[in-house]
Amino acid sequence: MSGLGIIFFMNHTYLHLETHADQTVIHAVGEWTLYNEPVIEKALAKIQPGQKIIWDFSDIESFDSAGVLLFMRYYEKFKTQCDVKITGYSEEQERMYRLLLKHRIKEAIPERSEGFFYRMGKSVYAGYQVFLQFLDFTGHILVSFLRYFVQPRNFRYKEITYHIERSGASAMLIIALTSFLVGMVISYQSAVELAKFGADIFIVDLAGISITRELAPLITAIVVAGRSGSAYTAQIGAMKITEEISAMRTMGFDPFYFLILPRTIALMIALPLLIFFADIVGIMGSMFAASLELNISYGQFIDRLQEVLSVKHFWIGIIKGPFFAMLIAMIGCFRGLLVTDDTESIGYQTTASVVNSIFFVIACDALFSVILTEWGI
Amino acid sequence: MPGMQKVIEAKDIVTSFGETVIHDRLSLFVNKGEIYGILGESGAGKTLLLKEMIMLLKPTAGEMWVLGHKLSEIGYQDAQMLRRQWGVLFQFGALFTSLTVAENIALQLKEYTHIDPRMCDEIVKTKISMVGLPARAGALYPSELSGGMIKRAALARALAMDPKLLFLDEPTSGLDPIGARNFDALILELRELLGVTVVMITHDLDSIYSIVDRFSVLADKHVVAEGTLENVLQSDHPFVEKFFKNEYAKKRLEKRVEADVQ
Ligand SMILES: Nc1ncnc2c1ncn2[C@@H]1O[C@H](COP(=O)(O)OP(=O)(O)O)[C@@H](O)[C@H]1O
Ligand SMILES: [Mg+2]
Repeated sequence: MSGLGIIFFMNHTYLHLETHADQTVIHAVGEWTLYNEPVIEKALAKIQPGQKIIWDFSDIESFDSAGVLLFMRYYEKFKTQCDVKITGYSEEQERMYRLLLKHRIKEAIPERSEGFFYRMGKSVYAGYQVFLQFLDFTGHILVSFLRYFVQPRNFRYKEITYHIERSGASAMLIIALTSFLVGMVISYQSAVELAKFGADIFIVDLAGISITRELAPLITAIVVAGRSGSAYTAQIGAMKITEEISAMRTMGFDPFYFLILPRTIALMIALPLLIFFADIVGIMGSMFAASLELNISYGQFIDRLQEVLSVKHFWIGIIKGPFFAMLIAMIGCFRGLLVTDDTESIGYQTTASVVNSIFFVIACDALFSVILTEWGI
Repeated sequence: MPGMQKVIEAKDIVTSFGETVIHDRLSLFVNKGEIYGILGESGAGKTLLLKEMIMLLKPTAGEMWVLGHKLSEIGYQDAQMLRRQWGVLFQFGALFTSLTVAENIALQLKEYTHIDPRMCDEIVKTKISMVGLPARAGALYPSELSGGMIKRAALARALAMDPKLLFLDEPTSGLDPIGARNFDALILELRELLGVTVVMITHDLDSIYSIVDRFSVLADKHVVAEGTLENVLQSDHPFVEKFFKNEYAKKRLEKRVEADVQ
């Protein structure tokens, strides 16, 4: 090629272009790699092929699979428009080209995206399935419970005591803090109103009944749902992902005996005890606030409490314990078993477990209120 | 070979957990463009050594050099740049379970480069095919794959960025024998075409005989034998004796020699 025919020169970082009358010469230069691919692509897209293209690779420094794939794309495009001649490539580059050509499949990766109605139907159906599974789970737990009592030697004392410690004893500090604060707040808020009527001493009736009957059980249950319900879901869910549950099943260890019942029973024992503890600390909180705000001495407060707080309120609060505990443990374990094979579902199920159990605890509490009021207790 | 460039160098590495010492002043080096094997009994500390090379674990004492960086003094920026230059295949795949295979492979491409979706898709498909998976496997989630497919998908992810350095933890374990040999062939090809340096932990006699250039044998907290197959075979350490000098291994070796002669 003498200089005679040259019409146009274009220099680009990765492409040097010589446009002659009858042919275009493309010199590939520099690094044709992944990071530079978008820039090279833009330069290539601008080329208007004439009658003939000579594509020269003798000045290329490095060439990775993105570079080769890009070359392939434009080589094929130019070939449909004119004559293309490739020069100056090394043996390795040619082998790389062949390797990638062999693996360059036309078949598309199938799409996994789904339409709106499909997803809606799917989630409704999934909800229905979860409901059925929960019924199945409840039945299973009931049967295992009965079997426990028929064959008490299966009773897993060690696990149960372990979980009483984990879910009960270790929760005492946080429950003490929350119920003390709630007791205080109740007293403070009502103190002002009561003082207006000179009914200061009724603070004891108000705090005593509301704490023992309603507040202590609810607060304890909510703290335990957040602490232990979520832990049950996460533990059992992780065991599902690592296939520990499958391993247990194949060894003949029924997960209901080994994982779920011990947790449920432990919580049913621990929660009433925690409620009792919360009663005491909550009343201490309101006693503290009453003495600060209304000058009711501790002695006065306790005397009045013994007079007005009938023991049935205390028992109603305690009785709620096992019911709340059963809801929390069952929902926690059930959600754990629903975990599928991906890690994201642990997060989803843990959230769902806490939200569900708090909701059902409150619903159950409302049910208690209605029933007990109907009975006149 | 003269003029060889060291890509990885471990100097007097000590690894211990409390009282338990796993590596006791262990040293080795890997040359550029080499396929380097690490061999040793289960629990010899191979995976831990690999983790120290890829900055997942700091050695208790000693120095690790990778691509010219001293890992104990590396800054955040350099460390991030270094991490883009290698690909790692974990022993159990470690694919992201909430992403499909194709999304797993595309992750770094999308994060670190500005390539358009079409090129990304093309690269992903090529890698999927290279490791011997069908295109439709790209749409599957890790939980829908078999053990061997997980290995392949994880290799495809490790190869996504055309790394200069490839770390493989027992790549052929869990593959069928034919798949394992294809795996070996692919690694060899990548080394020749892309000039990748490969560090692989392996128990696979065939891989050691056919693709590994040099390797070290880990036992008793040290490298007890090191070098080419011929070098290592001269060692009389009990593990080397047990691993290479049994009937099965000898037969395999004879076959390889015959194959070389032909
Ligand atoms: N976090 C750890 N704490 C204590 N010991 C460990 C820890 N991680 C690994 N080990 C021990 O280090 C040894 C080497 O482990 P590893 O490198 O995984 O072995 P392998 O050579 O089979 O890959 C094993 O004996 C293991 O028990
Ligand atoms: Mg290992």
